[in-house]
Amino acid sequence: MSERVTSAASNESPVYLDGKTAYLPSFVDYATGLIDNLFEWFGNLGIFFWQVLRAAITPPYEWRELLNQLDEVGSKSCLLVFAAGASAGVIISLEARYSLTRFGATSLFPASLVYSVIQVMGPIITGLMVSGRVGAGIGAELASMKVTEQIDAIEASAINPYRILAAPRIVACILMLPLLTLVADASGLLMGWFAQTMVEPLSFYQFIESGFKGSSLHSFLPQTLKSSVYGLIIGLIACYEGMRTRGGAEGVGRAATNSVVLGSLFLILSDVVMVKLILVIF
Amino acid sequence: MATTYDIATKHDNILKKGDVPIVAVNKLEKAFGSHKVLNGISFSVNRGKTLAVLGRSGTGKSVLLKLIIGLESSDSGSVCINGQDITGLTIDQMGIIRKKMGFLFQHAALYDSLTVADNVAFPLAHHRRDMSWSKRNDRVRQLLAEVGMEKDLDKMPSDLSGGMQKRVGLARALALDPELLLLDEPTAGLDPISSGEIDDLILKLQRERQMASIVVTHDLHSARTIADRLVLLDQGNVVIEGVFKDLEQSNIAFVKEFLKLS
Repeated sequence: MSERVTSAASNESPVYLDGKTAYLPSFVDYATGLIDNLFEWFGNLGIFFWQVLRAAITPPYEWRELLNQLDEVGSKSCLLVFAAGASAGVIISLEARYSLTRFGATSLFPASLVYSVIQVMGPIITGLMVSGRVGAGIGAELASMKVTEQIDAIEASAINPYRILAAPRIVACILMLPLLTLVADASGLLMGWFAQTMVEPLSFYQFIESGFKGSSLHSFLPQTLKSSVYGLIIGLIACYEGMRTRGGAEGVGRAATNSVVLGSLFLILSDVVMVKLILVIF
Repeated sequence: MATTYDIATKHDNILKKGDVPIVAVNKLEKAFGSHKVLNGISFSVNRGKTLAVLGRSGTGKSVLLKLIIGLESSDSGSVCINGQDITGLTIDQMGIIRKKMGFLFQHAALYDSLTVADNVAFPLAHHRRDMSWSKRNDRVRQLLAEVGMEKDLDKMPSDLSGGMQKRVGLARALALDPELLLLDEPTAGLDPISSGEIDDLILKLQRERQMASIVVTHDLHSARTIADRLVLLDQGNVVIEGVFKDLEQSNIAFVKEFLKLS
């Protein structure tokens, strides 16, 4: 006689495990399981954020570790962000030129490039590049430490791992993202101007004057500072995924992947909210 | 009994001397999902004494050590360190108690981006910020000399053998002069000669420092060498507790089987 099993997921539909029949959860079971996991993930992330915040604002402060992370997140990402920003600037320049020429509005080219780079492309490109490089690095590093019990060893040595590992990394991301965004903006504008000049000569001075005409600091500052929120998202998710890893090498790989994917996803989703907020407030 | 607030505001030297056992485990239970690893175990360890926890692989011995140092939380029961229940303490409150404890992990858990000297200096750098750089270096050298690793200061953990990593791990565990040392399988994966050397080292440190120790091991010879008392676990329960002679004279089938096969 085959074994009768009542699954934990569905007491109303027992399945006979006779080697031929496999248990297939219903769509409702799957959907509710997914929602449970989603709430659990967000709940645990919230608890993690609170632990990190408490550790970050209470002494002793890990200034040395913060300096290390500022270097790791900031100066070591500079070249990558510069290159990405430059490429984005060229792409926007070529596309904008084509569109504006079609509508007979080429005089608006400098302003369109400036606004596109500083308000939209610069922060997003910076966030995605840093999420890929720094997010994956933090996720993999902390995951590797977790599976080799190094984080447990830190805690067993009476040192708060949230204070020494997570807080410096997250604070470094928050502080460095706006500065890296400025690097991306500068390289985007520079290369965008260069691409335009190859087709239709325009002095850099004229380009800047025309591009920033009529605008003020508050036209660009909020968009640059919003990248601090990107930094918080990137650092928080990477540290969270890394420090809760289980499962050896596979777990480390999963943590690195999740850090990048979820960091990038929430970065873009947060932009939807922040763009609206900035438009309303400023 | 002191409250958690009292612990948070006490001076560092929280572990008072007295008649209270340094560790008292009472009806401790722990399960991972449906798998129960500890089923209401109880024992105590007095100051200056060594307890060996024996059992088959997967019987929750390592989990027990992690519950004692607070890296895991129990489902029920209590762990008291010098009379103070550690249940529900925050990381920072637990940190005050952990300063008087040392933990040697099964695979040493050395920080792989730091040198041997930096690994041992790590707890000192965080808890003894009053210590000058030269004094800290002297202390690191002294600790590494105690474990026979004074010539390997600048090596990375990946350059060391398993036995050498355990020695460095032991030096790191001793950095803050603990009153209680927890050792998770200190001789696991080592050849008989290296195992003997680690046992001798542990005995020497116990004599010199008068520390209490809890050693988790499945190595009966090692337990017999270094422990004052032994506890044998099976399926989450304490099968027998006593000196080695009590195990030898026991009529319990599992104990006889364990001794025969060890």
